[in-house]
Amino acid sequence: MMEIRTPKTHKAKRVLEKRAPKLVENGKKTLILHGTKTSATLSAVLMELYRLKKGGAIKYSRRNENIRPFESGGETSLEFFSLKTDCSIFAYGSHTKKRPDNLVLGRMYDHHVYDLIEVGIENFKSLLSFSYDKKIAPHEGSKPFICFTGEGFENVPELKQLKEVLTDLFRGEVVDNLNLTGLDRAYICSAISPTKVFLTHCAIKLKKSGTIVPRIELVEVGPSMDLVIRRNRLPNEGLRKEAMKSSKDKPKKKLKNVDQDDVLGKRGRIYIPEQEVGKNPLPDKSKGVKRERREGKLKKNKEEGSASKKQKESE
Amino acid sequence: MDTDMDQIYQTDVGNLLAFNPNHRFPSTPSSREELVKECVTEGTKLVQAIADTLFNFPSTESVDGPLVQLPPPTTKLPREKHLPRPKPPTKWEEFALKKEAKKDKIVSDETTDKFKRRHGYDRVNDDNDIPVIEAKASDEPGEDPFAKRLDDKKKRVGKQEKNRLQNLKTAAKAGALPSHVQLAATALPISGTKTQPQKIGKDALGDVAGLAATSTASGGKFDKKLPGEKPPKKQGKHHKYLPVVPRYGWVDEEKEQTNKVLGKLLSKHSHEILNVGKAINMYNDKKEKKKSGRSDKLKPKKDITKKKPYANKAN
Repeated sequence: MMEIRTPKTHKAKRVLEKRAPKLVENGKKTLILHGTKTSATLSAVLMELYRLKKGGAIKYSRRNENIRPFESGGETSLEFFSLKTDCSIFAYGSHTKKRPDNLVLGRMYDHHVYDLIEVGIENFKSLLSFSYDKKIAPHEGSKPFICFTGEGFENVPELKQLKEVLTDLFRGEVVDNLNLTGLDRAYICSAISPTKVFLTHCAIKLKKSGTIVPRIELVEVGPSMDLVIRRNRLPNEGLRKEAMKSSKDKPKKKLKNVDQDDVLGKRGRIYIPEQEVGKNPLPDKSKGVKRERREGKLKKNKEEGSASKKQKESE
Repeated sequence: MDTDMDQIYQTDVGNLLAFNPNHRFPSTPSSREELVKECVTEGTKLVQAIADTLFNFPSTESVDGPLVQLPPPTTKLPREKHLPRPKPPTKWEEFALKKEAKKDKIVSDETTDKFKRRHGYDRVNDDNDIPVIEAKASDEPGEDPFAKRLDDKKKRVGKQEKNRLQNLKTAAKAGALPSHVQLAATALPISGTKTQPQKIGKDALGDVAGLAATSTASGGKFDKKLPGEKPPKKQGKHHKYLPVVPRYGWVDEEKEQTNKVLGKLLSKHSHEILNVGKAINMYNDKKEKKKSGRSDKLKPKKDITKKKPYANKAN
């Protein structure tokens, strides 16, 4: 009583194939949503985060009352949205008296919550408040530089996790080839104290220097904010090990016994194992065993039998 | 100078990521602006370090600008979805392994001594190509062998569909369902009998609803009807009244009715109509009941000894 359902259109099939688990994955998409109450700063933060990640982010505008990432039952809505939109990172903003301007950054593995980190936003400066030459404005979707400064990122476990999450968030797609003229943005994260990280977004100006390598100049284009670490949740060891498993652990098999030659072209080598005469049973391809011959023989026998019967009767 | 910087910083060129673990920010920040300036200068140094390695890569010229081949990223980040799981072998594949069977795409045709493909255009044993089917001794006279061939093919196709469903079920159990296929349950699982639960039709549902309505205290007269629910069919006793005045040119139905009954009573065989035995039994039963006194349990028994007040007083 199960039915096999396959997509009826090519487009649907392509979408399903895109979302299927693969060896080399697509870039992670970000889901941006907010809870019951948001402040002006928080809604501005979410909006600008969406703009920075345009093309790889989905923003929900309604408020979600039943999402509580740190409670055991409050993640079901998030997991459902992640499944429907195929997003593996989410940014959930909420504003309460106890936790003002709260932003929860989380990641998903197989559409289940993998890890969470909660930060409070302070000293937020919107990108509209920065004035700069419009020519150097970064283009949408360009691959950014990500810089971390401060010993806190190595020593404090929460900051370590935040470093990983921010890398995942800002990284975008993993590419093989990069166009050097398309480098125009950088995210600077500095651990100014064991609980505070200063995050800012800058545009890159390439200036002539004597060598091939140009001199880099950074101009702040915004937004910039202070992230204060609040709560966090690390992934289970088992889940972490599984998620970190990559296909490159086993190196690709080298193609053996094939070589290319300019004169002769592609050549292969075949190794034939030793023939053990008399050991393996050979298929019986003898003439007498073939089907047509067998059936023909049967017919002949029948005819002969009936003919002989007739003879007997006549006799 | 550049190489010194690389040794101090941890760079991941594949992600355009750089980390300076050695910088210490002053614990008492001088002012916000100075802090920001310091962060940006540190960031500039980091970006410069990555750019140094990046611009020194061998670049190929393209339409948009110099293209550079990026190395694979070194920081390990968790995957989005699980690694694709290996598909369990299908029933045919298991059989093929055991029996070393092969299904070639090109098969030798028996009628023409050529090699034809197994499936598709101009295939071996095509049902449409057979002009004549010789009658065998085992054939029944009324059977159409062409129709039989088509029936056999349908059965084979049905069996293959069942096998395909089973293969997909085992694959789904192992978590390796192909991305474009979904298995959907069309009915509830079997419990108890093998027969599938029958779907109730519209009429049957209407009858049941009517029964339920009439069993209410007010006989279903004031029940709220759902949108689209039809009003109940005529309830109560069904009387058929004959017209008092006969229609012009039509037979007087009432007259006919009474004549019919009279005819039956006065006919020659009237004594055969009346079941004399039954009539006698009925009469006797009635008489006995009257004698014994009515044993009607529902009616409250009248107490004769009780006198009604003011019943026999004169005046």
